[in-house]
Amino acid sequence: MSHTSSSPHDHACEPECSSRRIFLRQGGIALLSLGFAPGFVSRIAAESAERRKLLIVVFQRGAVDGLNMVVPFGEADYYRARPTIAIARPGVDGAIDLNGFFGLHPRMSSLKPLWDRRELAIVHATGSHDTTRSHFDAQDYMESATPGVKSTKDGWLNRYLQGSGIGDQGSGATSPLRGVALTRQMPRALQGTAPALAIGSAEDFTVADMSARTSFEELYAAAQQDTALRGTAGEAFDAMKMLAKKTAGQYRPANGASYPRSPFGQAMQEIARLAKSDVGLEIAFTESTQWDHHVNEGAATGQIANRLDDFSRGIAALAQDLGDRMADTVILTMSEFGRAVAENGSRGTDHGHGNAMFVIGGNVRGGQVYGRWPGLAVSDRFEGRDLAVTTDFRDVFGEMVITHLGANSTTAAKVFPGYAIDPRKFRGVLRG
Amino acid sequence: MTRPFAFAFVVLVAAGAGAPALHAAAADDAAIVHALNRLTYGPRPGDVERVKAMGLQKWIEMQLAPSRIDDGALTAKLQRLETLTLDSETIQRDYAGPAMAERRKRAAESADRDTRATEGTDKNTRATEGTDRNTRATESTEGSDQKANRMMRDPMNDVQRKGRQVISDIEEAKLLRAVYSERQLEEVLVDFWFNHFNVFAGKGATRNYVSEYEREAIRPYVLGNFRDMLGATAKSPAMLFYLDNWLSSAESAGVRGARMRGAQVPQVQRRSNGINENYARELLELHTLGVDGGYTQGDIVNIAKVFTGWTIQPRQGSGFMFVAARHDRGEKVVLGRTIKAGGVDEGERVLDIVASHPATARHIATKLAMRFVSDNPPAALVDRAAAKFTATRGDLREVLKVILASPEFASADAYRAKVKTPLELVASALRATGADVRTALPLARTLRDMGMPLYFCQPPTGYDETATTWVSAGALVARMNFAVDLSKNAVRGVRVPLSEEQTLAMKIGAPEFQRQ
Repeated sequence: MSHTSSSPHDHACEPECSSRRIFLRQGGIALLSLGFAPGFVSRIAAESAERRKLLIVVFQRGAVDGLNMVVPFGEADYYRARPTIAIARPGVDGAIDLNGFFGLHPRMSSLKPLWDRRELAIVHATGSHDTTRSHFDAQDYMESATPGVKSTKDGWLNRYLQGSGIGDQGSGATSPLRGVALTRQMPRALQGTAPALAIGSAEDFTVADMSARTSFEELYAAAQQDTALRGTAGEAFDAMKMLAKKTAGQYRPANGASYPRSPFGQAMQEIARLAKSDVGLEIAFTESTQWDHHVNEGAATGQIANRLDDFSRGIAALAQDLGDRMADTVILTMSEFGRAVAENGSRGTDHGHGNAMFVIGGNVRGGQVYGRWPGLAVSDRFEGRDLAVTTDFRDVFGEMVITHLGANSTTAAKVFPGYAIDPRKFRGVLRG
Repeated sequence: MTRPFAFAFVVLVAAGAGAPALHAAAADDAAIVHALNRLTYGPRPGDVERVKAMGLQKWIEMQLAPSRIDDGALTAKLQRLETLTLDSETIQRDYAGPAMAERRKRAAESADRDTRATEGTDKNTRATEGTDRNTRATESTEGSDQKANRMMRDPMNDVQRKGRQVISDIEEAKLLRAVYSERQLEEVLVDFWFNHFNVFAGKGATRNYVSEYEREAIRPYVLGNFRDMLGATAKSPAMLFYLDNWLSSAESAGVRGARMRGAQVPQVQRRSNGINENYARELLELHTLGVDGGYTQGDIVNIAKVFTGWTIQPRQGSGFMFVAARHDRGEKVVLGRTIKAGGVDEGERVLDIVASHPATARHIATKLAMRFVSDNPPAALVDRAAAKFTATRGDLREVLKVILASPEFASADAYRAKVKTPLELVASALRATGADVRTALPLARTLRDMGMPLYFCQPPTGYDETATTWVSAGALVARMNFAVDLSKNAVRGVRVPLSEEQTLAMKIGAPEFQRQ
């Protein structure tokens, strides 16, 4: 693991490193006459000088049924446990065969080309050692990356932003758009002391009335007592200026990408827009909702089918839209836990344990399903009912933080408090 | 720390000149502003003076007895919202039912058109528009492209408009009550308890039950007894549907359960065949003991068995019904107590047990203290409120009195310690400006944009009460824009009295106004 010993931003910072910082200092002052605050100018300068790695995190809230998403059609127990909602073996309306044992849900065909190009990998039977089946707790644990510990104040993505990148190199030139959630509320994963934004869309994120904007900016800057609101407002105004400069005009997806018109599809499109406008985006987060199918889950058609269709098309469109940039991008999907192996009395599934994650990107060793498959026989299940967990989700997160984002071991230790991150435990989903 | 903030306030103003009497008066004002901020949706012009004239204690006592407060002005404003007083049966028969029939008719017609137009069949559309009613649970937020196109082609007719009215009436009523009710504390509490026992109007038939749910399962009990409210929610069609318990049945009861079918019931399937844990889990985790309340997966399974057969009357499509044929007849152990086989009474017994559990007292005390005092309420206060909950067997008025009379409530640490939720921000702005709200629907849309759609909070947790959720750059920008729009009279349906635009916008958008 060569990356563990390198500095946090080696991957992104090529030879121009030393000269860039000089430019920041001088250029910032030189441009003062144009009416920009020097800090802001230095940030823009910093961003344009490099091309960052980008991690896009998609949270499937509500606990997607991973066994109907990445279907173990080679398991007879799967069919025994699910008389009415199982996905059929490959064939008409059946699973899309991946490797003779696992298949994608038939409505996820938009992801198949990524698998075929070996840009999509799956980690199955992954999750938390914590046994909670509470959505709230499990999301909390996954987003804080401290299962079983509720007192953790910040999210794992925010801790990454705190401990890594050019922000801690002394220049103070962190982009206000380095960590962005395309959600109306700040997700737990991005909550914390490092600046991060939660915005509905780039376009709505402005105070159009210029004189009001200026007054608000002064008002909040002067609110010495209220550090929380003052800090958040400061980030907001910085980001607003950068967005106005970089994302003007109507957005047109590239490479013929077509996003679903759903909230998820639109959020994915906004991520592409930010990624392509070079605003310094390093961590993007969004969510796909309504996976809690206790009743009439459906199989090849029905509720879960419709949700998976939206989910897959959103991801596929983003990958297509980003094109070459996928070389520096990883899309990681997750859900708080899986669902019980057996269907319940309402042709749905109750809360379970292990689940599947997708990892997509140019640097992904794709075309493989990672992790030890524990089997679905009753004796192999967790507590006799759920898919067991054989890969701690933090080992997947850790691989993203170290191998993809290039964090050093000090940063990684901060991102995963109380957990020994050891690259030898990584599944090797990414090329090192 | 329980320094009274009145004292802190005196210290603050003591730096300037002024007679001691003036300091005391300013401190009194601060105490009144604090109480108005927490017990109401924000002070209106003149409220501080009115409370001062009456005396703060007397005003709080009055708010704790809302039925004695005349609310005629609000009643008049609510008059035009005709579905507010209807029961769920009427709503289904006269509003939702016809609208659904119309939607199906249109869907069928337009599917025909689509097929003819595109030759190839689109499986996506078929699946989404399929006859399974539960699929519709997600339609309000899911909307496929095809559906969106179709909406544009076919303008809404009266039947569809009536279908929408059920939700728009309660959204509008909620905002009007927040702004205009004289029974402010009651409205704050209805919001609090609805959120505690949250149901999501976007899930299928829940939308038809929500109006009755708030009116009959929540509102009557917010200053009453916790067990009564718990029982009312447990038997409400809204909760039975939202958390799926209406389908839960003993493993062997499938065939008998088939007789449950009726023309009106929002039926998902012909046979229900086994337990559904959804309600049992949230009952413990969210409604009563709290997630750390010390229960096991085994407790959840057994409680799910206890509530098998608790369902919705099929013929009226509304109302509680117990179906013995679907009930698990075994003996169950719940939280270490044996529940003898006893039909519907088993559920009542379990509700008794969880309502009187010490973890429940603590959970409810904590949540109330978070709402009225601070995001991290002092442990001593929670202890006292929990003790009162236990001593009074869940008398919510008494628990609230402990909190409101506490030094912790009146401490400097609590003053402006809470960040307003979007609803609190919008309502307090309308109250502070003396706005005239003619239609509140555009305001409901504003709340959606701020991340707080009324009655459409999807997870059973309800909306979070704490600042970390609501302080985000996007939310702050939305609040500033609302302030600007309001001051320019650019919010449709709302007029604020003429004033200096910029000053008003700055007041509503200011950091201090985001807090209460």
